Amino acid sequence: MPASLPRLDIAEAVRIRRFRPLRLLLGALAIAFAIFVFRAFADAQIDWSVVWEYLLARITIVGLGFTILMTLVAMMIGLSVAVVLAVGFGSHNPVTRWICKTYVWLFRGTPQLLQLLLWYNLALVFPIVGFPGLGSWQTVDLMGPFAAAAIGLGLNAGAYMSEIIRSGLLSVDTGQYEAAKAIGMTRGKTLRKVIFPQAMRVIIPPLGNEFIGMTKNTSLASIVGFGELIFVMQSIYFYNFKVIEMLLVSAFWYLVVTSILSVGQYQLEKRFGRGFRRGGSL
Amino acid sequence: MNVVSAVNLSKSFGAFEVLKGINLDIAKGEVVCIIGPSGSGKTTFLRCINQLESINSGALWVNGELAGFRVVGERILPLDEHEIAFQRRATGMVFQRFNLFAHLTAEQNVALGPVEVLGQAPAQALGTARDLLARVGLSQKLKSYPAELSGGQQQRVAIARAMAMNPQVLLFDEPTSALDPELVGEVLKVMQEVATTGITMVVATHELNFARDVSDRVVFMADGRILEVGSPERMLTKPHEPRLKTFLSALSGSRAGSGDSDAQST
Ligand SMILES: Nc1ncnc2c1ncn2[C@@H]1O[C@H](COP(=O)(O)OP(=O)(O)O)[C@@H](O)[C@H]1O
Ligand SMILES: [Mg+2]
Repeated sequence: MPASLPRLDIAEAVRIRRFRPLRLLLGALAIAFAIFVFRAFADAQIDWSVVWEYLLARITIVGLGFTILMTLVAMMIGLSVAVVLAVGFGSHNPVTRWICKTYVWLFRGTPQLLQLLLWYNLALVFPIVGFPGLGSWQTVDLMGPFAAAAIGLGLNAGAYMSEIIRSGLLSVDTGQYEAAKAIGMTRGKTLRKVIFPQAMRVIIPPLGNEFIGMTKNTSLASIVGFGELIFVMQSIYFYNFKVIEMLLVSAFWYLVVTSILSVGQYQLEKRFGRGFRRGGSL
Repeated sequence: MNVVSAVNLSKSFGAFEVLKGINLDIAKGEVVCIIGPSGSGKTTFLRCINQLESINSGALWVNGELAGFRVVGERILPLDEHEIAFQRRATGMVFQRFNLFAHLTAEQNVALGPVEVLGQAPAQALGTARDLLARVGLSQKLKSYPAELSGGQQQRVAIARAMAMNPQVLLFDEPTSALDPELVGEVLKVMQEVATTGITMVVATHELNFARDVSDRVVFMADGRILEVGSPERMLTKPHEPRLKTFLSALSGSRAGSGDSDAQST
């Protein structure tokens, strides 16, 4: 060390706390707003005992169960559709690509609510569905609230999620396809064993959002009479008039479920980030 | 028997003819180095051999089979994807940029093909993978992911991965061109050891020392043609072709100038 330089260590540097007026202002505003909302709820004479009563009531839990069940089923349908579409977009066959494009155009271009109503009223178009060799059924019997909601929510989500999956597939370097080909793997096996596992890293974060979005979207299924959380809460406040109380109960449960999903998403991100630690941003 | 036979092989990208009638026979156990300026078609030729590219005319025979096609009576019919995948088992490829599977550890990289393509039991495939990785000097790195390995180590894993499939011919596309100069030696040493096993090797390279010491024959390519073929001594010391002379002196000139052995190429 040159003798002319003073001996010092920046580890001993004084940490300066800067005065940040904007931050203070923002904090003050937030607190004021919170107090306002709190007062408003207090003045609205919310009957907290009713909230407590229904928070863990059997009927609430059943509604919650149907919300979760519908989320899972619709996501499963949506994911299957999305994977098929994403792979189809990468097909060499122009007809396949055209079919995929048309699907996305149709399902992204019309409101989700409209699609649910169409599925629910499918019997007006196709009174009878039949499969050769299996028999035929009345559409009204098949397309109950559950089926209409699952299909309506799932097929719609599939159109959106196909883009997520497609961008995930595109994020994988072409060298990975070639290396897999070079050891004699077929396209299907390459996708399953090499490409998808790596695409997951890119797919999981936005897919987590879709999952959380679907949890809330299932509430749309109340329009076709599917007994999920909102449907249950509405049917309760139609006779006890405790509207805000019931809505608070459902808000609480949606928050619980989406919070759990967020944690799960974080765990999955860690899992599929393996092998990408160095230099990777995730 | 010839492991690879190219007969008047041509390949175009659109209107651009990259390979213009390649004729080359490679015998079993032979080590052939392909040299030539950047853009001469070395990579494309190797990619044709393992059918990452399809050829436009001529014929290519690999391991005694017509690559990519079947002759039925008078007609020549293209093979389907599964049949081509099956034919690819005869060739192993080592890429310039390694292309290790980023989500798998070193040993999983080597074992994937044997398990998924050859149908070996995972335990057996992993055992073989560990043996192969030991042979390329990576016993300590079995559980490392590619991102945790140096370029030289990644390329050695890639060599083990190609060998795990027990191919008839190993193709190397400038395996040391993407490496830092001090890592080139370790990869060339492994390749030299692989050559002693008697496996057929086709190596596109700018490493003239390797070509001289290890190969049985040197092929000089330029502008999509093979201009000269011969033994390494003769090719490197008494070239006939003027373009080969120019190429060799340019290469040794750049060596002397930069003082390292890293040849730039695409
Ligand atoms: N996919 C491709 N599409 C169009 N041109 C290509 C493609 N791949 C290679 N080429 C061209 O073919 C020629 C030979 O390339 P290449 O085989 O990579 O040569 P080398 O490996 O000897 O450097 C180059 O002019 C290159 O630009
Ligand atoms: Mg090249």
